[in-house]
Amino acid sequence: MHSVRKKRLLVITAIVLILSVAVGLVMYALQQNINLFFSPSQIAMGEAPRNANIRAGGMVVKGSVKRNSDTLAVAFDVTDFQHKVTIEYRGILPDLFREGQGIVAQGKLNNDGVFEATEVLAKHDEKYMPPEITEALKNAQSSTGESAESAQSTY
Amino acid sequence: MFPEIGQFSLILSLFFALSLASVPLIGYWKGNRLLFETARPLTFIMSALVLVSFVTLSLSFLTDDFSVLYVSQNSNSQLPVWYKFSALWGGHEGSLLLWVLILSGWCSAVALKIRTFPEDIGPVVLSVLGMVCVGFLSFLLFTSSPFARLLPDVPADGGDLNPLLQDFGLIVHPPVLYMGYVGFSVAFAFAVAALITGNLNSSWARWARPWTAASWAFLTLGITLGSWWAYYELGWGGWWFWDPVENASFMPWLAGTALLHSLAVTEKRGVFKSWTVLLAIFTFSLSLLGAFLVRSGVLTSVHSFAADPTRGIFILALLLVLVGGSLLLYAIRAAEVRSTVSFGVTGREAWLLLNNILLTVLTLTVLLGTLYPLIFDALGLGKISVGAPYFNSVFTPIALLLMVFMAIGPLSKWHHTKFRVFFKVCSISAFIATFSAGLVVYCYGFGFIAWLSLAVAFWVVFLSFSDWFGKVSAGTKGIIPRARQLPRNYYGMLLAHLGMVVTLVGIVLVSVNSHESMLRLSPGDRATIAGYEFQFDQMEQVKGPNYVASKGQFTVYKAGNAVAVLHPEKRFFSTRQQVMTEAALDAGFTRDLYVSLGERLDDSAWSVRIYVKSFVRWIWLGGLMMMTGGLLAALDKRYRKRAGV
Repeated sequence: MHSVRKKRLLVITAIVLILSVAVGLVMYALQQNINLFFSPSQIAMGEAPRNANIRAGGMVVKGSVKRNSDTLAVAFDVTDFQHKVTIEYRGILPDLFREGQGIVAQGKLNNDGVFEATEVLAKHDEKYMPPEITEALKNAQSSTGESAESAQSTY
Repeated sequence: MFPEIGQFSLILSLFFALSLASVPLIGYWKGNRLLFETARPLTFIMSALVLVSFVTLSLSFLTDDFSVLYVSQNSNSQLPVWYKFSALWGGHEGSLLLWVLILSGWCSAVALKIRTFPEDIGPVVLSVLGMVCVGFLSFLLFTSSPFARLLPDVPADGGDLNPLLQDFGLIVHPPVLYMGYVGFSVAFAFAVAALITGNLNSSWARWARPWTAASWAFLTLGITLGSWWAYYELGWGGWWFWDPVENASFMPWLAGTALLHSLAVTEKRGVFKSWTVLLAIFTFSLSLLGAFLVRSGVLTSVHSFAADPTRGIFILALLLVLVGGSLLLYAIRAAEVRSTVSFGVTGREAWLLLNNILLTVLTLTVLLGTLYPLIFDALGLGKISVGAPYFNSVFTPIALLLMVFMAIGPLSKWHHTKFRVFFKVCSISAFIATFSAGLVVYCYGFGFIAWLSLAVAFWVVFLSFSDWFGKVSAGTKGIIPRARQLPRNYYGMLLAHLGMVVTLVGIVLVSVNSHESMLRLSPGDRATIAGYEFQFDQMEQVKGPNYVASKGQFTVYKAGNAVAVLHPEKRFFSTRQQVMTEAALDAGFTRDLYVSLGERLDDSAWSVRIYVKSFVRWIWLGGLMMMTGGLLAALDKRYRKRAGV
């Protein structure tokens, strides 16, 4: 074969090889590590898978935060003003975690319908609202406008 | 009065930017020298006007002029004076002004050095930079002016700077990061100017190289500072989160690294010419994409500014115009570019090509992971997030592979290298590296990935030193004179590569050898972590300039001796009604002790995070080494010569 062509072939083979390995890796990793977000309403309607890594979030319901007196375990409810879901977590909550604040949790929904969080995220600016929650609230609001409005006023 | 001056000079600077973007180019096409040479004075006037505007906004901040909306949102009369100044870039509008200031600063630097390029290209470069300035200045003026007034209802006091930003990190991280981000627009301008003038021989690579190296060095430092800041400020001791905005700064870094290497090949060998041009365009596009991701609020991130869709659309349009335009130009001109020199598949070109392929693949995997939630949402498949495990599992193997080759490249010669030349040194190094890494892993009981990474680290260190030693020991002059003769460029490379290794070692050890625990502690309690005894001595209330804090005291003992006293704080900022964690840490070369307070649980007990982080400083030490390497390369003597000499 002509040497220039041979070179080109070599280069192209190298690129294709590396790219295919990378694509394989990406596909595999994406399959493992995508976390879908579910709103409390979606969870209540049974749309969320059990025992799979997902995200859930909403506004923390006032007066729902319960702490264990000996350990760092804590449980609280989040709501989109339609439905509630209980989140259990063991660890230190972020600074901006507050009742009435929007949060997102990462973890698994167990068979009792309780969300066991491995991570709780609240954003670093009190004006900032995670987009998932904004949308979940909007969706919940549009399904029954009135009740959501009244719920919001209590917040 | 000041805000109006600022606004006015910003508008004027837009006019000068418009002239800069057009007049020299008209001069170029018409062959009119006079018009062509206006580029330099226009650049200086534009930059001076932006500077005036920046100074007026700083004055508004320093004098607590809360009639300015932006000041009232981001500052407060109680704020310490240095934070008042840095609060200028604590929000979207001001940080964009900082961005524009730095952009015009780079323009002026190019204008100052214009005599080092051939006469016919310098003004074209400035003109292209002028177009970029037009884009950002109009973005600033039309969507996000920081000079808007709150009249006649002037608030008595400001809404305060986000407490998280009231830190030394805010003073240094954004300016340095922007220096890097924006600096790539110079490389972009060179590439586009080369396309416009058709002057695509390898010389443009030579002029673009020091500028690219300098911006790369700044970006490296900016990312390093950001990582260090996040580590001590956010209070959970992480140093990298694969957060979309971190990725936004990391992608131009990866592409810029590829660009740095491919520029070297283009300059020295005259090959990969069109690829290098394309890479320069892409690196800058990724900087713009970063700006889009941060400022449009399309992605969930810790860095998000309060979202405003019109801004997102504006940057997207800017991105399309600048990138689309340059790609179009590229499509028209690229056919004319043919590498006349062939390259050897066994020479250094081939290794650098491999470097470029791997870095591009890395950039694409990060890009995909970052944008995947957007794509997923746009297709109506639901809201997702792509977690750190994705990035870790994809990034690690490719990056390790890259580092394996990173050591071989410098050993090889241009065009053709005989296999046996480096077979011996490579096999010896591979043997020593696997063995010594195995020994470390065996002694400390680490896993496979740690072994692999450490082996790669040792491999790079051995090969780099044997390369250096080979270069200085050949010949008769003696080691020291020869070592001093090697170009700065070479030492820059060596330092950057070793910096990469230092960072790798830090990353590996901090992830396999750290001890973390979250505990419930009351004053008087003790906890033992990794051989260190943490005693919770007491808790007291203290008052800061604009906050009140609960301040804890922890004494750390090792083998009965006190080694450190740590004071973690929980601060309450009354203006914003916001709580902030101030972690306390005892930094060390091989370990950090890290204590941060969670929350008060009952009368006396607190939730407390205690970490013993192994070798975490090495991550940033490596970053500093890489930055120094980049600066050494930028300051190489070869680039100081005037054109044509």
